Amino acid sequence: MTWFSRRSLRTATAATALVLALAACTSGSPDDSGTSDAAGGDDGGDLSITFLPKNLGNPYFDTSSKGGAAAVEELGGTFKEVGPTEPTADGQVSFINTLTQQGVSAIVLSANDTSALCSSLDSAREADIKIVTFDSDVDAECRDLFINQATAEGIAKVQIDLIAEQIGDAGQIAILSATANATNQNAWIEMMKEDLAANHPNIELVDTVYGDDDDQTSFDKTAALLQSYPELKGIISPTTVGIAAAARYLSTSTFKGKVALTGLGTPNDMRDYVEDGTVTAFALWNPEDLGYLAAYAAAAMVDGTITGAEGDTFEAGKLGDYTVDADATVLLGDPYVFDADNIGDFDF
Amino acid sequence: MTVDQVRTVPAAPTTQARLRKLLLGRDAAIIGLFLVVVLVASFSVDNFSTSTTWYFLFLDVFPILLIALPMTLIIIAAQIDLSVASMLGLSSVLVGALYEQGWSLGAAALAALVVGALGGALNGFLVTVVGLPSLAVTIGTLALFRGLAVGILGTRAVTGFPSGAQDLVSARFAGTGIPVVMAVFVVAALGFGVVLHATATGRLVYAAGLNAEAARFAGGRVNRLTFWLFVASGVMSALAGVYWTLRYGSARGDNAVGLELSVVAAVLVGGVSIFGGRGALPGVIAGVLLIGALRSALRLADVSSDVINVVTGVLLIATVVGPGLVARARGATRRPGTRSSVGAVD
Repeated sequence: MTWFSRRSLRTATAATALVLALAACTSGSPDDSGTSDAAGGDDGGDLSITFLPKNLGNPYFDTSSKGGAAAVEELGGTFKEVGPTEPTADGQVSFINTLTQQGVSAIVLSANDTSALCSSLDSAREADIKIVTFDSDVDAECRDLFINQATAEGIAKVQIDLIAEQIGDAGQIAILSATANATNQNAWIEMMKEDLAANHPNIELVDTVYGDDDDQTSFDKTAALLQSYPELKGIISPTTVGIAAAARYLSTSTFKGKVALTGLGTPNDMRDYVEDGTVTAFALWNPEDLGYLAAYAAAAMVDGTITGAEGDTFEAGKLGDYTVDADATVLLGDPYVFDADNIGDFDF
Repeated sequence: MTVDQVRTVPAAPTTQARLRKLLLGRDAAIIGLFLVVVLVASFSVDNFSTSTTWYFLFLDVFPILLIALPMTLIIIAAQIDLSVASMLGLSSVLVGALYEQGWSLGAAALAALVVGALGGALNGFLVTVVGLPSLAVTIGTLALFRGLAVGILGTRAVTGFPSGAQDLVSARFAGTGIPVVMAVFVVAALGFGVVLHATATGRLVYAAGLNAEAARFAGGRVNRLTFWLFVASGVMSALAGVYWTLRYGSARGDNAVGLELSVVAAVLVGGVSIFGGRGALPGVIAGVLLIGALRSALRLADVSSDVINVVTGVLLIATVVGPGLVARARGATRRPGTRSSVGAVD
C-alpha cells in the first residue's frame, strides 16, 4: 500500500516522464529496446507446435492435446497448449496474435468461429506459421490443412455394422435421433437406410424418433419405443445425448441385455452402461489420435514434406501413412469403436 | 455528513488545484502502475516491447475503451449500465442482418447506432421516469438485448463484409503500432472528458452521485442528465458493436458475451467509486490499458488463461480495496470529519 503515499507518488510521477520517453523509443524502433529478442519468426529450425483448443478445461480437448503432446515429443519439438477459458472467437484471436509474435512453427486449432479468426490467421501465415485445424474448421482459405475426424459414410457404416453384429443381423431396429431438422443426423440416417437395404435385408428399421438432444425427451422417447415395438431388438442413437439417455433407461428396465443399443457416444457418458452390460460397443472418433495426427501433419507442413496439395503423403508415427485429400483435408480414418476392453483407456 | 460531501464538489477548481490533483490523486497511482507494468514487461517478457504488441493491445481493448467512457460518467452518477455488452451484440447482429438484406454497410451501421440510442433511451426511461433502480433495469435489458440478438440470427453468423471496411478497422498509422480507429476513441474521450471535467454538466454528474436529492434541491436536472447518460451508453455500445463486427468479420448473437463485467472492472480499477461521486477519466483510460497490458504480457510469457484471470481479479480487488484501507488508516490518525475526502480524488 505504500505506493499510495504522496511521496512515492511524486517519485512515481518523475519516473513516469522517463518511462514515457522510453516507451516512445521502443514503440518506434523495437530493435534498441535491449532485452527483447528479434520479434516473431525465429527460424532456427526448432519445431514448436502450439495447440489452441476452443477452450481450456474441456475433457475432449485435454484428450486431443494429450495426443498432440505425444506426437510432438516423438518429433523432438516443443509442445505448448494455450487457449481461452471460455469458447469465444475473440479469446482465440488474442492467442493467435500472441503466437504470431512469439513466432511458433505451427498452430493446431479447433475454431470457435469459421470466419472471425481469419484476419489473425492471415497475419500468422504471413509470418510463416502453418495453420492446421481439427474438430472444427475455419474457412478453407484461412488455413493450410484440416484434419477431418470422420466422414458421414464412415459414421453411418460403423453404426449399422455394430447393430448388425449385436442383434445377429436380423430383427427390428429403431433410431433415436436428435432434432428432426438436424442436417448431419438426417444425412447419416439416410446413408444408414441405404446400407440396410443393400447389405442387411433381414434388419427392419421400424421407426425414427427424435429426442431433440434433450436428456429427458430422449429418455421418454426410448421408453415409448420399447412399448410400441415389443419385438424391437436394437436401437441406434447417433447422438451423444440420445445414447446416454437411452442407456440410462435400458439399464434400469427389464429390457437390459435384451435390446441392443449402439450409436455415437463419449466414454465418460457411457462407461457405467458398458461396465453393467447395457451396452456392448459404441462408436466415435478418438480425439487422442486426432490430436496426434494433427501434430504430425503440422510438422510435415513445417518441414515442407507436404504443402496441402491433393495427393501429398506423409507419415504420422504409429498411425501410419496419410494422404492429403481435396480441399487440403486429411481424414483420420474409420470411426473408433469403444467397448469393455478399451473404454478404461479414455477420459473424455 | 451529506451536506459536507456536497460541499466538497468543487464549484470551479483553480488550475493549480487541478494540476495537483492530477499529479497526486488516484489517477496518478493507476497511471504509474500501468507504466510500471509496461516497463517491467518490456525488460522481462520476450516480444513485449514491440509496436505489434501495442497494435494488438489497442485493437483488443478498443471496445472496452469506447464503452468505458459513458460507463465512467454513469457510475460516477451512482448508476450502472450492465446491458452494454448485449447492446454490442445486438448492434453487431443488426449490422450483419441488414447488410445481408442488401443495405450498404454505412446505412446498416447507422441503423445500429440508432437502435443503440433507442435501447439506451429505454434504460433511461425505466430508470428516470418509471423510477426503477438501474441495476435491475439493465440486468433486464441485458437479457432482452441479448435475446433479440440471438433471436434475429439464431446460431448463424453473417460474414463476408467488404474487405475495404475490414482493412480500415485494422489499419495502423504508418510506422507505428497505433490502429487508426484509436483516432475515434481520442475524439470521443476528449468529448466525454471535457463534459465531465470542465462543464456544469460534469459537476452535476458528481453531485448526482454524491447526493442526488441535494443536487435536485440545488436546481440540478438529475433525471434529464441520467437519461442522456444511458442514451450515450447505448450509442457507444452500438459503435463498439460495429467495430466488433468489422474487426472479426463475423456478426453473431453471442458476440462479446460478458464484456460488461470487463468494462465495469476496468472502470473500478481506474479509480471510480462504485458508490458514485468519485473518479476521473484519465484514471479509467489508464485502468483499461493497465488490464490490457498486463494480460498481454502474461499471455506472451506463456502464463495460462486461468492464472491470467486470477491475476486480473486480484488486481481489481487490490485497486478497489487498497485506497479504502489507506483512507481508513489515515482517518484513524486525523479528525473524523475529514475522513470522507481523504484518499479520494477530491
